[in-house]
Amino acid sequence: MTALAHSFADASAPDLAKLEPATLHHQVAQFLYLEARLADTHDYDGWEALWTDDAIYWVPANGDDTDPEKEMSVLYDNRSRIGVRIRQLKTGRRHTQTPRSELARVISNIEIAEVRGPEVDVRANVLIYEDNLRGDTLWAARNTYRLRMTDDGFRLVRKKICLVNNNKPIYTLSFLV
Amino acid sequence: MPHAAVSEAAQAHDYRALIEPARINSRLYYDPAIFQEELEKIWYKTWVYVGHTSEIPNKNDYVTKSIGPMPVLMVRDREGEVRLLLNKCPHRGNQLCAYQKGNRTSFTCPYHSWTFSNTGDLMGYALPEGYEGQSKAGLNLGKVPRIAIYRGFVFGSMAAEGISLEEHLGGAKAALDQLLDNSPTGELELTAGFLQHRTKANWKFMLENETDGYHPGFVHGSVFQVTSSGIGSLYGADSTALTRDYGNGHTEFDLRPEWRKHDKPLQWFGTTPERLPEYVKSMNAAYGEERAREIMIDGSPHVMIFPNLFIAEIQIFVLQPVAVDETIQHVTAVQFKGAPDINRRLRQQTMGSVGPAGLLLADDTEMYERNHRGAQILDPEWLVLSRGLHRERLDENGYRIAHSTDETPQRGIWRHYLNLMTEAR
Repeated sequence: MTALAHSFADASAPDLAKLEPATLHHQVAQFLYLEARLADTHDYDGWEALWTDDAIYWVPANGDDTDPEKEMSVLYDNRSRIGVRIRQLKTGRRHTQTPRSELARVISNIEIAEVRGPEVDVRANVLIYEDNLRGDTLWAARNTYRLRMTDDGFRLVRKKICLVNNNKPIYTLSFLV
Repeated sequence: MPHAAVSEAAQAHDYRALIEPARINSRLYYDPAIFQEELEKIWYKTWVYVGHTSEIPNKNDYVTKSIGPMPVLMVRDREGEVRLLLNKCPHRGNQLCAYQKGNRTSFTCPYHSWTFSNTGDLMGYALPEGYEGQSKAGLNLGKVPRIAIYRGFVFGSMAAEGISLEEHLGGAKAALDQLLDNSPTGELELTAGFLQHRTKANWKFMLENETDGYHPGFVHGSVFQVTSSGIGSLYGADSTALTRDYGNGHTEFDLRPEWRKHDKPLQWFGTTPERLPEYVKSMNAAYGEERAREIMIDGSPHVMIFPNLFIAEIQIFVLQPVAVDETIQHVTAVQFKGAPDINRRLRQQTMGSVGPAGLLLADDTEMYERNHRGAQILDPEWLVLSRGLHRERLDENGYRIAHSTDETPQRGIWRHYLNLMTEAR
């Protein structure tokens, strides 16, 4: 159990609202930086372990307010498909990631949107610089996250990546975004 | 004096010296002058797939589509007629409509407020006294000269005259019928929106690869390894699947011999009737149990309609060349009208496998981009399309067929391409 998880009197139902706003913001930011680093460095197992069983990993297309159950998304993975995606990357024959993209991403404008018991909704902006065989690509997105406090610290329940140009043709997006 | 520069460049290319029956010259992929000539002789001449009527279901609906690099407004006008209008204000050439889709009876140019009905007719302009004594005749929106619709598939041709759409489709029309047979209503509803996959490669790499049965075992080996789809064997030496050249550049990867051998309904879609009870019920009601069973064994086709419509069983791809080295792959899930349970799975599988993050198409697209970079290397300049020459044969309808991994489709594509590029104007 992490130190933060320990700090809740009732660990089975931690209430994030009881944390000081600055403390919560700091802890959330630390988690987002960890997730970003694991993605940038292609630490596939470490990144996959961040997700809860009810996870949704979503990159909408043609706007940010689409219904992913009815409309096409660039990526709309449940936990099972996240697993397939990771296993494919680990075969070494995911050609679009062989050689791997070189990545550096910057996360900023982190805002706590809503706190509900053990869960917190977060907004952040991200810029990702990708270098691969084709050349350099700059990706920009407004992300929303839902994190859940568990015995092992924060875990990712939901990550929605709203690429600012998602209504236009985009290049292959095969790294962990 | 249209296209003077293009015509000069054209004279520099003897296509017969670049295309042989079983090998082609790399220059065909990267030479900008050849691309310009393709626009003139293929994209702005032959029948090109534009969109589907279900994308504009209501009067006054419109959606922005394309013919080659050129945007086209596909409109259902106020009378309900489908029209293909060019998105250019005839006054000073301004882009008229800046939106992907919508519903409106008229389009007003933001530059000088010229307003056009969604039939393309000029309705009026601002400060009309400045045009006193002048006629509005000849100031309507440009139109795609010919439009033809086959069972909801809307095609356009920028040539005022030429063969009919049915002649152009030829034997490949049967593949469109096969697709629509899989719908309990015989209709599609392409309502899920398109993904747009930007690809730094010449369009012909995609055209050729769509019915290439030689690559999946290698390019998609990673997917076959981590999923238990069982489709890897369709691309092996023992496969009974066929490649087919329909002529007119249309090609097919025909999986029916494999599915018929296994004789299991819905195996083509990796599922069983038990998992899609509503769909099976509606198919039985529509076609009768015997015919429905045949349809659900044969499944949906894998056919490339020249030059830009690819039906990949459960997806519809539209290839759009925008430059000699850039192509946009537009793709959406096949959706059958009146079949919600299978439609949901069709969308889920489509999102997983295609588009910029797709488990399959991201790797195909990686190959396209490497193809394009490789083609520009000067030696060897000739690329080889000889696979299966010794076992090519004719089917009962007279179309060339061969083993699932053979290059019969690619040879057929280039045969048609050579005809188009050397046709007298």
